This record gives sequence, structure tokens and C-alpha cells, in this order.
Amino acid sequence: MQNYSIFSLIKNAFSNHEKWDLAWKDPSPKKEYDVVIIGGGGHGLATAYYLAKEHQITNVAIIEKGWIGGGNVGRNTTIIRSNYMHDDNGLFSEFGMDLWRRMSQDLNYNVMFSPRGIINLAHSDAQMNVYARRGNSMRLNGIDAVLLNREQVQEIIPMADFSENVRFPIFGGLMQPSAGTARHDAVAWGYARQADSMGVDIIQNCEVIGFDVSAGKITGVRTSRGDIKAKKIGLCVAGSTNILAEKLNMRLPIETHLLQACVSEPVKPVLDKVVTFGAGHFYISQSDKGEMVMGGDLDGYNSYAQRGNLPTLQHVLTEGIAMMPFLSKLKMLRTWGGIMDMSMDGSPIIDKTHIEGLYLNCGWCYGGFKATPASGWTFAHTIAQDKVHKLNAGYSLNRFNTGHLLDEKGLGTKTWIS
Amino acid sequence: MLYIKCPHCGMRSQNEFSYGGDASVKRPELNKEISDQEWDNFVYNRKSLRGKHWELWQHLSGCRQWIKVQRDTATHEIFNTLKAEEEIN
Repeated sequence: MQNYSIFSLIKNAFSNHEKWDLAWKDPSPKKEYDVVIIGGGGHGLATAYYLAKEHQITNVAIIEKGWIGGGNVGRNTTIIRSNYMHDDNGLFSEFGMDLWRRMSQDLNYNVMFSPRGIINLAHSDAQMNVYARRGNSMRLNGIDAVLLNREQVQEIIPMADFSENVRFPIFGGLMQPSAGTARHDAVAWGYARQADSMGVDIIQNCEVIGFDVSAGKITGVRTSRGDIKAKKIGLCVAGSTNILAEKLNMRLPIETHLLQACVSEPVKPVLDKVVTFGAGHFYISQSDKGEMVMGGDLDGYNSYAQRGNLPTLQHVLTEGIAMMPFLSKLKMLRTWGGIMDMSMDGSPIIDKTHIEGLYLNCGWCYGGFKATPASGWTFAHTIAQDKVHKLNAGYSLNRFNTGHLLDEKGLGTKTWIS
Repeated sequence: MLYIKCPHCGMRSQNEFSYGGDASVKRPELNKEISDQEWDNFVYNRKSLRGKHWELWQHLSGCRQWIKVQRDTATHEIFNTLKAEEEIN
């Protein structure tokens, strides 16, 4: 594999950048693999990368119905954070933060990780108390957290609405200074390129039609490009999880919902933090190109549409304007939607299943992108060792049966309002 | 924007409704031995497939009645609406 560096850049300049190697190959599926990962999104690519890198398992295929970078890894708002209260979520995410900090070097690919900090705004005394509690829980887990009062928030984001007569006055906020953003496409491409270089076959335009299970053990997968035998299969298909579960006669605590995001026209640098509105569901950051990147609520009903509905967009942007009135002057450049695997307690599932050799990675709700490296790392461990790592022990499938829910927000089973 | 035909009020915009989830889920019958699996299926496990989906909506800013709607989860086409007490065929 060609190393990316200033020297390779200069060298290729002499050939008008026409002689770069392909970042990854386009192989046809082989008859058999040790491990097949279904889903060539961020999580699937990261899983294959860590299988090869950490466990020396390289006879691996990633099969992807569409193309690399076309699903949620290219549809998110690129926010990276570990500001969780529960130990299982906090420790898992903070492990991921360490991987994020090293990612550009590890992958030899600039993922433009920008630890600019995230501020969750509080709009009441009660919310300040809740944030103080969450901040303390974070610090006990070694995650940085700073509780800000109104004046401190105003210093950092003076463009927010600090006037007296607002419906949701800003009381303060909880900041995680080490949180930030990264270039989402680069994460997918970086993992794909490295996985490919270590021998992983990335097979695109390959749809799963069915599974072969015999005597409680997975033996292969049937695809639109032929049958593939596999000793182990990992599902990493986000919003399509229920479709594949149906083919396996499994019912999961997952519903598929649509989440929209949008960007404004590019403007000069105004916001150097990620900010979330605490009285509703709205988050915003500014991209390096100057666009304001925004998102918020789900569309509110089960959906596989991968495109949004305007009432939700209007609702979300109303919250944005309540928080930062200057947004009303911006034109929208693009909107898009992705289908989310919403779990019943708001936390993910990375676990074995009742079928031997079949592993499940789903339930990422709003937070799939930031979990990409930690999800791939722990899922690779779970597949390679056939047992869960302590980092994903809390993300078990049977927690819904045993009552050990990870309800970070405590909103119950109505996935469409969580 | 979805337009939903409320069986009580007629065609109204989505803004008047609030969503209530999968309408095919049935609470296990009382006074009967109920397995953990049955409770799981009622409380947590959902099919949530692509295609036709029976779901509950409440006409919150209208007659406030709960209704059942059959909608395609990929195209959002609405095929049928029923009153809450009417059985899904």
C-alpha cells in the first residue's frame, strides 16, 4: 500500500496525480471466508480493520449492499463525544476517544479530528443539577467535564440568545472540552483502505438474500453475488438490522426510524464548539467549509425512507433559532436523512446471539458515528474470541430480558420520542 | 407532509397527529401463565420492517381519538385507517 505523506504528494504531483493507487480493490466474493461482516459502513469497516490488526484474522469479507460511505457513515453530523453518565456508556465511549485521538496516525489518513469541545446547554436549575451529576459521573470515569454558569457560556458562545425575555433562558451548560468532530467520509475511507491493505475483501453492490444455519450454527450467507460460506458472521447494518433479523427468525428490541440533518450555506467562522439545545433536541457545529451542520429529532414514525419530511425539519430549526437567532438569516444548502437502529433503551447492542457464529452489532440510535472505532474494536474482539470484552459487556442483547437496561435518558420504550 | 384520513374527522395533515408505535403488538392476556419471552415481545421486541406497517396514531390536535393506520415505511403511502377498536384484518 502506498503511504500517504508530503513526499508521496510531491512525487505524484509530477504525474498530475494520475498515478495514485486505488485506495481499495473491488474483488469478487470468494467461496469461503473465516469471517463475513455484513454492512460496509463505519462500524463494519472498523470491525474488519481491528480483526486484521488486533487479531490477525485477515480472511475476511465485508459485504455491502450499496457502496462504501453511502449509508449513515456519510449521513451523520460528525460529532464525537463521551459525555455519558452510566459507566458502561462512559467507559466504552472514552475508550473510543483514545482511538479517535490516534486515528489519523493509525490509519495514515487525515480524518480531521477536531477536539473543539461540546456544550450541552441547560435551561433551568433542575437541568443544571442533572448536568452536575452527569459531569461528576464522567469525571469519576476519567472523562473531562466542566460545569459552566451562564456568564461562562456567554463568553464561549456569545451568539446564542442571552436576552432576558426568552422562553428557554440559558442557565449554564455542561462542557466536555475533549469532544469534537471528524471528517466522516475520511473515517470510512481510512478504515476501508487499511482493511483492504491487510487482505480484507470489500465487496460492494452485494445484497444479503438469506442465511444458512444448520444445527444452531451459522454456515454461510446467500447474496446477490452468490453464496458465501463463513465460519463467523457479524451483522453491522444499522437501520437494516430488522430486515436481516427477519431472515434469521429473530425479533429484536430495535425499531428503524429516520433522522434528518442539514447544513446551511457556508459562512465565516462563528462557532468553534459543538452546542446542543437543552430544552428540545437540536445540535449544531460549524464545518471547516463554514457550513452550519445541524440535526435534531427523528421524523417520529417508523421509516426506511432515507429522506426527510419537512414538518420535522421545521420543528428542529425552530429550536435552533430559539437558541441562536442569527440562524434565521441563513439559507439551507442541503438536507438529508439516514435510517437509525433505535434500541428500546437508547443504548447499543454488541453481543453474540443464540445462533453459534452469528454476532450482532446494532442499536446505535443517535450516536453511531462517534462509536465507530470503539464499536469496531469491541465487535472484532467479540467475534475473534467468541466472547464479549468487558467494554461491551453492558451492551448485551439479553439485558432487555434481565432488566439491566442502559437507559441513559430514562425515556422508556418509545423510540420515536427518545 | 403526511396526510392521514382520521376515521372520525376525515383527511388531516400530519401536524395534527402524534405517533403511537406498532399497532400489531398485543398485551399478553391476564389470568394466564405468561412467559418472559411473551413479555419481551410485548414490551421490547418489534418487527419494524420495510413495507406495510400497522401503527397507532392519536389525532391529538383534533378529535383526540387513537386510530390505526396502515402505512408503507419506505414510501409513506397510507393504505388504510381504522378506528382503535376495529381489528386489523
